[in-house]
Amino acid sequence: MEQSLITSMLFATLVAGTPLIIVALGELITEKAGVLNLGAEGTMAMGAVAAFAATHYTGNPYLGVLAGMAAGALMSLLFGLLTLTLMANQVASGLALTIFGVGLSAFVGKPFESLTLPAVPAIRIPLLADIPLLGPALFNQQSLVYFSWALLGGVIWFLYKSRAGLILRAVGESPSSAHSIGYSVIGIRYLATTFGGAMAGIGGAFLSVFYTPLWVEGMVSGRGWIALALVVFATWRPLRVMAGAYLFGGVMISQLFIQGSGLQIEVPSQLLSALPYLATIFVLVLISRNQQTIRLNSPMSLGQPYRPDA
Amino acid sequence: MLSFKLETRPEASRTMSYLSPLIAVALTMLGGLLLFSALGKDPLEGFQVFFLNPLRHWYGVSELLLKAVPLMLIAVGLAIGFRANVWNIGAEGQFILGACGATGVALAMGDSSGPLVLPAMVVAGALGGAAWAAIPAFLRTRFNANEILVSLMLVYVAQLLVSWLVFGPWMDPDGFNFPQSKMFSDSALLPLLVEGTRLNLAFVMALGVLVIGYVFMHNSYLGFKMRVAGEAADAARYAGFSAKRMVWIGLLVGGACAGLAGMAEVAGPMGQLTDKVASGYGFAAIIVAFVGRLNPIGIFFASLLMALLFLGGEQAQLYLSLPASISKVFQGMLLFFLLGSDLFINYRLRVRLTLAKAGD
Amino acid sequence: MHQEQATAAADAQPRLILTGIRKVYPAVVANDGIDLSVMPGEIHAVLGENGAGKSTLMKIIYGVTRPTSGHMVWEGQPVTVENPAHARSLGIGMVFQHFSLFETLTVLENVALALPGKPDMSDLARRIESVSKRYGLPVDPRRHVHALSVGERQRVEIVRCLLQNPRLLIMDEPTSVLTPQAVRKLFETLRQLASEGCSILYISHKLDEIQELCHSATVLRGGKVTGACIPAEETPKSMARLMIGKDLPACEHTAAPADGEIRLKLDGLSQASIDPFGTDLKNLQLEVRSGEIVGIAGVSGNGQAELLAAISGEAPLSEKGPVQICGNAAGRLSPDQRRQIGLCFVPEERLGRGAVPSMALSDNAILTAAVSKGLVRHGLIDFRAAKAFARECIARFNVKCAGPAAQARSLSGGNLQKYIMGREIMQAPKLLVAAQPTWGVDVGASAFIRQQIIDLRNAGCAVLVVSEELDELFEICDRIAVIADGRLSPTRPLAETSVEDIGVWMSGMWPGSESAATSTSNQ
Repeated sequence: MEQSLITSMLFATLVAGTPLIIVALGELITEKAGVLNLGAEGTMAMGAVAAFAATHYTGNPYLGVLAGMAAGALMSLLFGLLTLTLMANQVASGLALTIFGVGLSAFVGKPFESLTLPAVPAIRIPLLADIPLLGPALFNQQSLVYFSWALLGGVIWFLYKSRAGLILRAVGESPSSAHSIGYSVIGIRYLATTFGGAMAGIGGAFLSVFYTPLWVEGMVSGRGWIALALVVFATWRPLRVMAGAYLFGGVMISQLFIQGSGLQIEVPSQLLSALPYLATIFVLVLISRNQQTIRLNSPMSLGQPYRPDA
Repeated sequence: MLSFKLETRPEASRTMSYLSPLIAVALTMLGGLLLFSALGKDPLEGFQVFFLNPLRHWYGVSELLLKAVPLMLIAVGLAIGFRANVWNIGAEGQFILGACGATGVALAMGDSSGPLVLPAMVVAGALGGAAWAAIPAFLRTRFNANEILVSLMLVYVAQLLVSWLVFGPWMDPDGFNFPQSKMFSDSALLPLLVEGTRLNLAFVMALGVLVIGYVFMHNSYLGFKMRVAGEAADAARYAGFSAKRMVWIGLLVGGACAGLAGMAEVAGPMGQLTDKVASGYGFAAIIVAFVGRLNPIGIFFASLLMALLFLGGEQAQLYLSLPASISKVFQGMLLFFLLGSDLFINYRLRVRLTLAKAGD
Repeated sequence: MHQEQATAAADAQPRLILTGIRKVYPAVVANDGIDLSVMPGEIHAVLGENGAGKSTLMKIIYGVTRPTSGHMVWEGQPVTVENPAHARSLGIGMVFQHFSLFETLTVLENVALALPGKPDMSDLARRIESVSKRYGLPVDPRRHVHALSVGERQRVEIVRCLLQNPRLLIMDEPTSVLTPQAVRKLFETLRQLASEGCSILYISHKLDEIQELCHSATVLRGGKVTGACIPAEETPKSMARLMIGKDLPACEHTAAPADGEIRLKLDGLSQASIDPFGTDLKNLQLEVRSGEIVGIAGVSGNGQAELLAAISGEAPLSEKGPVQICGNAAGRLSPDQRRQIGLCFVPEERLGRGAVPSMALSDNAILTAAVSKGLVRHGLIDFRAAKAFARECIARFNVKCAGPAAQARSLSGGNLQKYIMGREIMQAPKLLVAAQPTWGVDVGASAFIRQQIIDLRNAGCAVLVVSEELDELFEICDRIAVIADGRLSPTRPLAETSVEDIGVWMSGMWPGSESAATSTSNQ
C-alpha cells in the first residue's frame, strides 16, 4: 500500500473514532455511578443540531461545541429528573430520551437542512506532525481529536486517582452504603449523568460541525448505540474504550474506502455499510460470552433505582 | 408554608396505574398548546388542526384505524416481552423483515390467484419477523449479549437489507429505476373492510391478536411465568421458570407480531415493497406499549392516540407549515409525562401546610 | 491526655440525652416517645425484638433518618443531626448490622471514604495499622473487602469508626455474624473502649450477651420504652418479659424416631460459585432422613447460599449424582422438577425470591404450588383455586394480612415468612429445606414457625435447616453440622455436642478438617 494511503486511512480512522470515544467516556462515568442512560443516540442528535445552529449563527465552531454540550446536558437532566427524582425505569426512560431527542432534533433542525458550514481547519502540532507516516495522521488533527485524548487522561485520573472518583465508584457499587456513610447518592448521580449528557452533546457537535459540516435528520445513524456497546465491550475501562472506538472507526473507514475505491468487487454496497453494525454485534457477543468478566467489572448497582428512606 | 413529602405507598395504587396515562395525555396536550404558542402559532388553532382535524370525516377515522393497526400488532408483541424484562427494541427491523417475507411470497406467486396466497404471506411475514428476532434471542441466551443493543443494530442492518432488495433483485423492471418492487396482484392484497377507505382485513387481524394477547398475559400459566420473570428474576429462578425460555418467547412473539404488521403494510396501503416501508412504527409501538400499560386493552386505546399523533403531524405540515416530525416530539413528550406520573403509582405526595412563624 | 481529663470533668453530664423521639412511617409508628440517656464510659444496651424500633432509633442518632419529633442533647448542647457526616464530626460512630462497605474497593479506600477531607493514603494506612494493633482488631489495609470474611469486615467497620476518635459508638446487632469465640474478642475490645471513656450503645436481642457486657439497658417494645434495668441484676427470663411482654415460648420437641429413609443425600458435592465474590463448595457429604431435622450452622458467607442453590436447583450441577433427592439423582434437575419429586424450599430472602413483592398472595401461591395443588389447567390459571389455597394458608398459618389479594410487599417480614412457610408445608413435602427460617421475625412468630417445622418432622418429613442462629438450631435440630469456607463438617447428634464445640467448628476446625490439621502452623 502507498504511504499516503496508510496515513490518510489512519487519519480518517482517528476522526471516525473520536465521537465514539467522547460519548462512550461520558457514558462510562454515568454508568460508573450506577445509572444506565440509553439515551445517547437522542442526546447526540440534539447536540448535533444545537451545535450546527449555534455555529451557523455565530460562525464560531467552538461556540457550537458549547451549545451542543449544553443541549446534551439539558437532555440528561431531563433523564435525571425522570429516573433519579421521579424514579422511573431507567431502560424505558433512556429509550424515551432517544425517541424524543431524535424527533425533536428533526423538528428543530428542519430549517437547517441543506445548509453547510465551512470546514474547520485542522490544528497542526509543530515537529510532531513531521514524523513520517504517523505525524500527519496523529498531529495534524481536528481539535476535538486532541480533546478526546485529554478527556481519556482526565477520566482515568478522575476514576482511579481522585477522591471524587472514589466516591463515584462507591456510589455505583452500593448506593445504600454510600448513603449510610453520608454521601448524597442522588446528587452524585445527577452530576455523573449530566457529565455523560454533556459529552454525548459534544460527540453530536463533532459530527455536525467538524466531521461532516452539515445537518441531516438521522445523521447520528446509530453512533450513540455503538458508543453504549463500546462501554460494555471495554468492560467499563477507559483505555479499552479508546481501543474499541478506533477499532470501530477503522471498520467504518475501511468500508468507505472500499466503496469509494472503485475496486470491482462482487459485494453489494449495503453489505459494506452494514459492517459497523455487524461488527458491534460481533464484539458484544465476544465480550459478553464470559459472564464472569461482565459481572466483575460492571458497576453493581447499574440500572437500579435508589431512593433513600427519609 | 407548604411542604411536600414523598411517601412510599404500602401497596401499589391500581387507580393511579390507570389514571397515569390519562394524566400524561392531558399534560401532553397542555405541552402541545405551549409548543404551538412558542412557535408563534395560535395555540387553539394548532390544537384543532393537530388533534381534531384528522377526525372530522369518516375517512379520517378510517385512516386513523389504518395507522393504528401496525402499532397495535407490534405493541402487543413487545408488551409480552417487556413484561418479562426482555427489551426487544428492534421491532422496526422485524417489521421490515416481515414485509420482506410477505413480499417474497407475493412476488413468487406472481399473478397466480388463489385463496392461499394471503395466508402464505401472513405466515411468511410472521416467520420473517420472528427469524430476525431470533438472532438477539440466540445471542442473548447463548452468549449473554445484550438484546437491546443487538436488536437495535439489526434495525440498521434490516434497513440496508431492504434497500439492497429493492435496488437489486426485487426492483420493478418497469419502475423507472425507483427503489420499489412490482405492485402486488389483487390476490396478494388484503381485502378492504369498507369501500372507499383503505381500512382492510388487517384491522380484524389486529383485534384478534389483541384478544389472544390478553388471554395469554392474564390467564395463561406461561404469561404468569413471564410476569414473574420480569418483576422478580430471583423469584422466577426459585420457582424454576427458565429464564432462557422467557427470552426466546418474548423475542419470538414480539418479532412475529412485528413481522405480521410489516406484512399488513405491504399487502395493505402500500401494495408493494419500497425502501421506505418502515416509517417509525417499530419505535412508536414502544411508546404505545408503555402508554397502554403493557395491557392489550390499554394498547388498543394508546395505538389510536399514537395514530392520531401521526395524522396530526401530517395536518400540521399541511395547514400550519410545521415539519411533520412534530408528531415525534409529541410522542416523546407523551412517554416522558407517563414515566413521570407513574411515580404516583408507588408513592404519594404528602402536602403539609405549616403556619409560618413570626419573623420567618 | 487533656482530652481524657476533659471527659473526667464532664462525668456528671450525660453524653447523650434523647427525649420524646418519635418517628412515623406511612404504615407504622417506628418510635413513639422514646427517652434515653447515656453516660461517658457507659455500655448501654438497647434491647428489643425485631420490629421494636431499635434500628430506627439508632439511624436517627446517626443522622441517617430524621425524627418526626423529639429532641436530642449531645454533651449538654441541643443538636439536630443533619446527616452521618455531621454525626461523625460530633463524635458519633456507628457499626451497621448490614455493613456499609464497598466490596470492590480496598480496606484503605473504604476507610478513606468515611473520613472528612482528603486523607493522605500512606499516612492513613499507618493509622489503620496502629489502631487495629491497639484494640486487637487485625486488618490489612491493602486487601479488597470482597476477599475478607464477615468477621474481618466487621473489624474494618469498627476500625473505620475508631479512627475518628468517637465519644459514642453505636453497635447494631454486632454479634449476629460472629462465632462465639469472636464475640468474646469483640467484648474485650468494647470494654477497653469504654474504660477509655467512650460511650457505647449496644443494640441486641440476645439477653445473655447483654447481661455479660452492658452496664445498663433500655427495653423497647412496639416503638415504646417498656422498661429500664441494670442487666446484672436481672435474669434472662425477667428481661425477656420486659422485651416481649410475656414469658418466652418454648417448643415441644420429642426425640427423633428410629432411622427413616434417606430423603436428601449429598455425595461429594463440589461446585464453583456463580457469584465472583462467592464461596466454592468443596466435596460436601450429608444425609438427611425422614423424621429428623438436621441443622447446618456457620457464619454467613461460608457457602450457605451456594449450598442452598445447589440443593434447590437454582444453580443446577453438571452431574446428576452429587445431589440425591428422595432416591433420585437430581443434580441436573430444575427447581420445579425437584419440587415434583418432593422437595420444598424456603429461601432466606422472602421478598423478591420467596415471593414476588408486587404480586398478590394468591398469585404468589401459584409460584410454587401450581402443579402440586392443581392451580393450572390446560395451561390456564385457575384463579379461584389459587385464591382458595391462599385463603386456607392464611387461616392455618395465622398470617396477618388484608386477604389473598394483599400484595406480598405489604406484609411484615414475620407474616410473609409464615405465609411462605405455610405455602411450602401445605404442599406436603417429603423434604423441606429452610434457610434462616426465623431471621428478622418477632419472638411469637419465630416460636410458631419452629413448632411448625417440628410438627412437619413428626409427620415424617425430612428437614434441613440452614441458620446462623445457634440458639435456634439447638432448639429444633436432631443433628447438627457446620459449614465453613465451603466445606461441611460431619454431623453430630445434638446431645453429643455443645454451643462451645460448634463455635470452634465454625472457624473451620473440626476433627479431621484441613484447617484443624494446619491450625497450629497458622497461630
